[in-house]
Amino acid sequence: MFAFAKNRFSRQLVLALCCTVAAGLAAVSAQASDLETIEQRGTLRVAVPQDFPPFGSVGTDLQPQGYDIDMAHYLADQMDVDLKLVTVTSANRIPFLQTDKVDLVISSLGKNPERAAVIDFTDAYAPFFLGVFGTPEADAIDDASGLSGKTIGVTRGSVEDMELSDLAPSDTTIQRFEDNATTISAFLSGQVSYIATGNVVAAQIAERNTERAPTMVFQIKNSPCYIGLAQDNGALKARVNALIEQAKQDGTLESMSQQWFHTALPDDLSS
Amino acid sequence: MTLDFSTLLPYADVILEGLVTTLWLTVVTTAAGITLAILVAYARDGSPTGSRRIVSRLLGGYVEVTRNTPFIVQLFFLYFGLPALGVPISATVAALLAMILNLGAYTAEILRAGIDSTLTGQHEAARALGLSRLQSFRHVVLVPAFSRVYPSLISQCIIVMLGSAVVSQISVFDLTYAANFIQSRNFRGFEVYLVVTLIYLLLAVGLRLAFEFVGRRLFAFRQGGSA
Repeated sequence: MFAFAKNRFSRQLVLALCCTVAAGLAAVSAQASDLETIEQRGTLRVAVPQDFPPFGSVGTDLQPQGYDIDMAHYLADQMDVDLKLVTVTSANRIPFLQTDKVDLVISSLGKNPERAAVIDFTDAYAPFFLGVFGTPEADAIDDASGLSGKTIGVTRGSVEDMELSDLAPSDTTIQRFEDNATTISAFLSGQVSYIATGNVVAAQIAERNTERAPTMVFQIKNSPCYIGLAQDNGALKARVNALIEQAKQDGTLESMSQQWFHTALPDDLSS
Repeated sequence: MTLDFSTLLPYADVILEGLVTTLWLTVVTTAAGITLAILVAYARDGSPTGSRRIVSRLLGGYVEVTRNTPFIVQLFFLYFGLPALGVPISATVAALLAMILNLGAYTAEILRAGIDSTLTGQHEAARALGLSRLQSFRHVVLVPAFSRVYPSLISQCIIVMLGSAVVSQISVFDLTYAANFIQSRNFRGFEVYLVVTLIYLLLAVGLRLAFEFVGRRLFAFRQGGSA
């Protein structure tokens, strides 16, 4: 009795191990779907965020909405295929691509060498930058030297604080606040007319306070978002790049930028 | 983790700037706050009637509101609230105002305790001898009351000096702001805060010694008399 149980246990263990190894092999050998496969299938599978407004969030109708979702719809429409949205977190968006669960990752993905080693990127499709923002009636400024004599708010220790501290003239008063919320309060209450922050944060302020919506004055650091796809998928990459270019030309990206970021699309999307 | 204080050297001027700000904030607050407290105590002294009664009630409201709300909320109210009401106020002015109002309210209560412990007979004797209300308040009530509550007063001023660390939240470049700034640049939190803690400690001890020195001059009569 005991021997049988032990025997059965061993067999189950071996079976479980085999299954694990097989699953692992299957995952490793997952072949990325190329353009032809996608067109035959008739569905474009896209990984989008659901927790990162204005790129992707869940609307009051429980449907995903945002810049990334609009981009996915645009690509699927233009490719004349159905769209299947797969919501991902920032941690699992690349594994989803590597295991062929999705064809594209449109999830506010920045480009860096570590990522470039495992996946491929299309051209930039969305603005993501740190910049100086001002009130609609604040003086126009072209670059950092224009901040001379002005007071500007920033969150202490943030990347924009470091960049601004290097760029700003010595007679600029940089008021550093403890966190993003305090910096935003200082801007909204009129304590500062300029803030240095990310375009995403600026969009959130504009969303809630249209009468004091921050408008972009100049960029201080640019790291736009790219669409991620599997490596060695040249035909798909060429097709998506062509569509991004088309979206730039026909004003689609501009209107998406206005809708979700409340500001014009920067002239230079690539870093 | 090893301690490396040499990483602080490039930031010596930052610490110095913060120290200077904390010092002058404390000095101005102490002087203005105690003055405010004396005025409040004078207005609330005795059993005021008529229009003085209304002023006394209003001042009582100020003291209670200030003593029963957090300092950081008062600070945020002044800094973020006043501009929204159309009153522009700089971070430094907001900080100074909040500290003075805070110290004024606490010190007014401390003084009231001292004044209440003055025998009413003394007050009445002074008036009977022909001293005006102000004269009697100044010589018969205030000075003995001050000398009685002086130790609590010292503590309150030190609390306000230490509490001034909060003004770094609205971007006033005080000692804590300097520490946070350096920490956000060299990520040497332990070293920075250790140094700043020592500076605060020295400031507090120094402030207490200075107050005691002044106290010995001001209340010399007590040493011979009632001590």
